[in-house]
Parts: sequence; structure tokens; C-alpha cells
Amino acid sequence: MLSERFSKAAARNVFYGGSAIFLVIFVALTAHSHWYILARSTAHAELSESVIQGKLVFERHSCINCHTILGEGAYFAPELGNVWERFGGHESPEGARMAIGGYIRAQPTGAPGRRQMPAFDISDEEMDALVDFFEWVDGIDTKGWPPEISG
Amino acid sequence: MATAQPIQQPKYATQRVAYPFFVVALALFAGQVTFGLLAGTVYVFPHFLAEIFPFHILRMIHTNLLLVWLIIAFFGAAYWILPEETEQEIYSPKLAYIQLAIFALAGAAAVVGYMFGVHGGRHYLEQPLWVKFAFTVSFLMFLYNGTRTLIAGRKTSVSIILMLGLWLAAIFWLFAFYHPANLSLDKLYWWYVVHIWVEGVWELIMAALLGYLVIKLTGVDREIVDKWLYVIVALALFTGLLGTGHHYYWIGTPAYWQWVGSLFSTLEVLPFFAMLCFAFYMVWRGGRNHPNKAALLWTLGCAAVSFFGAGVWGFMHTLSPVNFYTHGTQITAAHGHLAFYGAYVMLNIAIMTYALPALRGRRPYNQILNMWAFWITTSAMCFMTFTLTFGGTVQVHLQRVMGMGFMEVQDDLVLFYVMRWGSGIAVVVGVLLLLWALLGPARREPEPGDLAAHERNAGAEPEPVGAR
Ligand code: HEC
Ligand code: HEM
Ligand code: HEM
Ligand SMILES: [Fe+2]
Repeated sequence: MLSERFSKAAARNVFYGGSAIFLVIFVALTAHSHWYILARSTAHAELSESVIQGKLVFERHSCINCHTILGEGAYFAPELGNVWERFGGHESPEGARMAIGGYIRAQPTGAPGRRQMPAFDISDEEMDALVDFFEWVDGIDTKGWPPEISG
Repeated sequence: MATAQPIQQPKYATQRVAYPFFVVALALFAGQVTFGLLAGTVYVFPHFLAEIFPFHILRMIHTNLLLVWLIIAFFGAAYWILPEETEQEIYSPKLAYIQLAIFALAGAAAVVGYMFGVHGGRHYLEQPLWVKFAFTVSFLMFLYNGTRTLIAGRKTSVSIILMLGLWLAAIFWLFAFYHPANLSLDKLYWWYVVHIWVEGVWELIMAALLGYLVIKLTGVDREIVDKWLYVIVALALFTGLLGTGHHYYWIGTPAYWQWVGSLFSTLEVLPFFAMLCFAFYMVWRGGRNHPNKAALLWTLGCAAVSFFGAGVWGFMHTLSPVNFYTHGTQITAAHGHLAFYGAYVMLNIAIMTYALPALRGRRPYNQILNMWAFWITTSAMCFMTFTLTFGGTVQVHLQRVMGMGFMEVQDDLVLFYVMRWGSGIAVVVGVLLLLWALLGPARREPEPGDLAAHERNAGAEPEPVGAR
């Protein structure tokens, strides 16, 4: 009985002590990752007012609940993290800007038997910001993900 | 079912506080699966509701109702368990009711708002700021109430781990208020809520509730349970914190996470395996033949299905070279469903199946119907998981290896979505049966147990739940 009591106390102490240690390691790695994101992986382009506004447009309409972005979100519609590249933004930035804006404005297609993306109330300025956001996201160093341009 | 089962009564008057929590939670559960089914319908009939409630609205209602009802059920479970564990009445039942009203009304307001396009833009955390604030206030009221109860009474491992889990859940929730403009940073801390909840601090709640159920249902010695509990929760936090790394592979975070995340998230299987062993070993060892067989079924089911949904299905796509291909596909949806269902849905249903007969002053009743609901819902959720897993495998191959376009690939997955839809209908039927079994009128049982009903009417001494 005594040994059992001892080992319960020991298990409890291991839990508290060990968890505290792992929490500290985790927070330290997060702090480093925070720095790394700012200084390295998203340092390719300035986080301009327009990019920030674009993110807010993206959020206001909850695009994330149909699409994924960097692989996170919903699985109903195409990945948007690399939509800039998919629309040819690397070769022809102006063309991609027109194409993405035009695509979004052309929704819904109403095509029978095809998933629908709703029409959104997005001003011209907001659309520009949204595309700036996609261009900025496309530049994030994602360690080579996605494997194919299809997203 | 034994003859002359005692009518169950809560041992402490304030355990009744749990009742409205459970009723509200179950109602929201019905709503959650209904909206899941509507979202699943859009996958099969793409124009369904497209004008009024587009897919994203259905989906955010589906996932938000899930989180809201699970948390309300956790609160209810805590109010049910704390008096028995601490041998103390709840500090303030009134505070509990106010707290429930705030949480439920804020949640309902959020859902109504979604229908009118009022929502935030980060999945699971779509609640408008004031709703997040109301949740926080309600949570703090709960923590105050629960902690006051705990401090005043006996401190068991079950009650300490339960309250610790709920405290930590509230603390990590605060990261929902942090909303950086940099998408990568946003994601970095978004997982502080989403991952650390389900694969960290909620596991503390899960271990505590399973521990409670096992003690009550099998009568095993508390000393042994306590030791297991500390081992389980230690495994959960040792692996789950750094295991967050399995979401830090491709979002702009450093490459070392591919090693750290792969290693520690693989080890995340251990706490779920430990809970599986714990539940089955204790039941095998314990001698008690508790009349509430359905509660035992849900308890063991929870331990088993969570091991498969979280452990096995989680491991399937957690190594970074695998996740490189499966990230954000139907494989993720398959895992998300079975993990949430097995771990947290089944856990809460187990507690409710155990507590509701006593809360309603009945014998453990409608056992057959409840067990039917168990088998229908559980097998349908498993089938849904299988079909999404197969669909996801095809998707990964075509889209991520062959490089075919997303929408083109989706056309090849229709069959899987039809099967998911079929299993979704079965889930909804199962859940409705469950609600009927738990909250509907008590069915007269064929055994001569009616004696018990007479005893109740005659005001006979109520039997405490799980009396030895
Ligand atoms: C209700 C679900 C839904 C919502 C919400 C939604 N989309 Fe879409 N989106 C779709 C679907 C479905 C397609 C594919 C349509 C097709 O191919 O016919 C699509 C396609 C796209 C594409 C083209 C992708 C490609 O590679 O072909 C872009 C760009 C896009 N959406 C942007 C957005 C933005 C920006 C938002 C938020 C303002 C948004 N979407 C919200 C469903 C949605
Ligand atoms: C208790 C049962 C259920 C639980 C716990 C549950 C949980 C979830 C979760 C956690 C998500 C987000 C998934 C992710 O991002 O990976 C989700 C999405 C979804 N669920 Fe459920 N769900 C349940 C029942 C159902 C049912 C019955 C259906 C009916 C078909 C359904 C259909 C969906 C659909 C279509 C999505 C969106 C997936 C996507 O983005 O493609 N769910 N559910
Ligand atoms: C009860 C415990 C668990 C629950 C409720 C759960 C739930 C989920 C959900 C809902 C998602 C989708 C998140 C999103 O919207 O992007 C997810 C993702 C993921 N889970 Fe779990 N999970 C659990 C345990 C585990 C475990 C133990 C592992 C590993 C062994 C694991 C591995 C993963 C991985 C790798 C992803 C990312 C998928 C992707 O890249 O798209 N999960 N989980
Ligand atoms: Fe995770």
C-alpha cells in the first residue's frame, strides 16, 4: 500500500514537473518561430496596408469555410495559398490581377451540377487589396508545399 | 437488466444543476448533426441552398454548434461530478444557471448572426468579438464556481484534473483574441486554441471523466485509478504540446517542426492508447455489475473509438512526408470526424447516459433504445470516416501526385460523397433515437421492476447513484 501511495504521488509530480518543462520548451520554440516568420519566411514583401486590408476582406466573407489557404480551412473549393501562381502571377502579375478579380466577380456560375461560389459585395479597392493579399501569401516560404500547382 | 433496480437519485441536491446543461447540449447536438447533413447534401446536390445558406454558412454553424455543445456538456458534467467528488454542494447553483444562460444565448446569437452573414473569418473562431467576450465571462463564472466548490471540499485526483483541464482550456482560449495581420503568425497562434484544446488540455477533461465513470461503473479502487490518471495526463501534455508541430510544417514556420512535430505527434497516440487500456482493464478487473449498461457501453466505446479516430487516423497523416501530400484533403475531414466523435462526443454522451436517469428520477431506462442509438450512430460515423478516407486517398493521388485540378478531381469523388451523405442520414437518425432514449418518456420495462416506481411514489429512501 505504501509503495502504491508513493507511486501515485510520484506520478503526480512527474505530471506537473514534466508538463511545465514541455510548456516552456514549446513556448520557447514558438517565440523562435514567431521571430522566424517575421524575419525569414514572410520577409519577402512588406506587409502593406493593402495586404492587411485584403486579409480582412478574405475574413469578412469567410472564404476559409469553403477554401483552404496554406492547406487549412474547408475542403469544398480550391486551395487559395497559391492561387496567384495558378493564375499566372509569376509570369504576368497584371494579367493575374485581372483574372482573379474577374473570376470572383463572375460568380456564381450557375453551371448545372457544379459547386457554386456566391457573389460577394466587394468594392474595386477591396478587390485590389484581396489580390495583393493573395500575392503576398504566395510568397510565404512554405517549405515547398503544395506538391503540385493544383494545390 | 436486473429486477428491482433502484430509482436513481442524485446524492447531492445541487447535482441537479447539470440537468439544464445536458438538455441544452443535446438540443444543440441535434442541430449540429442536422447542419452537418445539410453541408453533406451540398456535396451531392451542389445547388442545394446555394442562394439562401451557402456551404460556408452551413459549415460554420456545424462546427460552431459542435464546440458550443461540447463545452456546455463539459460544464454540466463538472457540475454533476464535483459534488460527489468533493462531498460538497456546488458553491452557487444560481451562478451556474446564469453562466449557462450567457453561454447558450451568446452561442445562439452567433449562429443566428451567421445566417445573416455576420461572422469572423477564422474557422472555428468565427464568433463576433462580443460573443467571444460573453463566452469568456461565462467560462470565468464557471471556473469561479467550480474552484470554490473544489477548495471547500475533498480533493480527489478526478476533481483536480477535471478543474485543471477546464482552467487550461479557458487560458488557451484567450489566444482566440489575438488576431495578427500576418497570416503565418495568425495560424501559429490559431493552433494554440484548436490543437492544444483537443490534443492537450481537453484530454485532461477526458481522462478525469473516464476515471469518474470507471470508478462508478466498475467499483475499482480509487488508488489505482488515480495513478493511471496521472500517467495518462502526463502523456497527454508531454506529447500534445510539442505535437502542435504537426500543424507547423507548411505555414511559414521553421523546418525543425517537421522533426519535432512528426516525433511528438506520433507519441500523441500513447495517451489515447493508455485510456483504451485503462478503461478496458478496469472494467475487466472491477467486480461491480452496474445496472446502467448503456453508460458502460458509451464509456468503453469512447475509449475505443477515440483510439482509432484520434490515435490511428491521426497517426495516418501526421508524419511530415505523408502530411506533405494529405494536408487539407478529405483525409483530414475523415480524421476530424472520428476523432471528435470518439473522444468528445462519446465522452459526453457517456456521462449523460450515466447521470440523466438520476437527474430525472428514473431507473436506468430505455437501455435497449440507447444502445441501438449507440450502434447506429457509431457505425455510421465509422462508415463516414472510411468513405472519406478512401475518397481522400483518391484525391491525394490525383491532385497531389498527378497534379490534376481540384474541381476535376472532385468530380471523381462523387460516389464517396454520396456514401458520406447516406451515413450522415444514419447519424442523424441515431442521434434522434438517442435524444428520445435520454430525454423522452421512460419506457415501461418488462421486468417486475415496477416495484421501484411504487417505492418512489411512496417517498421511499432514494438510492444514491452507484451506491455500493
Ligand atoms: C460557398 C463556398 C465558397 C465561398 C464562401 C467562397 N468560394 Fe471561392 N470558390 C468556390 C468554388 C466551389 C470554386 C470553384 C468554382 C468552379 O470551379 O466552378 C471557387 C473558386 C474560387 C477561385 C478560383 C480558384 C481556382 O484555382 O480556380 C478563387 C480565386 C476564389 N474562389 C476566391 C474566393 C474568395 C476570395 C472568397 C471569399 C471572398 C471565396 N472564394 C469564397 C466556393 C466558394
Ligand atoms: C457527431 C458527429 C459529427 C462531428 C463530431 C462532426 C465534426 C466535424 C468537424 C470537426 C468538421 C471540420 C472538419 C475539418 O476541418 O477537418 C466537420 C465538417 C463537416 N462535417 Fe461534420 N461532424 C459530425 C457529423 C456530421 C454529419 C452527420 C455530416 C453529414 C454528412 C457531416 C458533414 C460535414 C461536412 C460536409 C463538413 C465540411 C467538410 C469540408 O470542409 O469539406 N458531419 N464536421
Ligand atoms: C481527440 C483528439 C483529436 C481531435 C478532436 C482531432 C481533430 C482534428 C481536426 C478537427 C483537424 C482539422 C483541423 C483543421 O480544421 O484544419 C485535425 C487535424 C489534424 N490532426 Fe487531429 N485530432 C485529434 C487527435 C490527433 C492525434 C492524436 C493526431 C496524431 C497522431 C492528430 C493528427 C492530426 C493532423 C496531422 C492534422 C492535420 C491534417 C492536415 O494537415 O490537414 N490528431 N485534427
Ligand atoms: Fe493537432
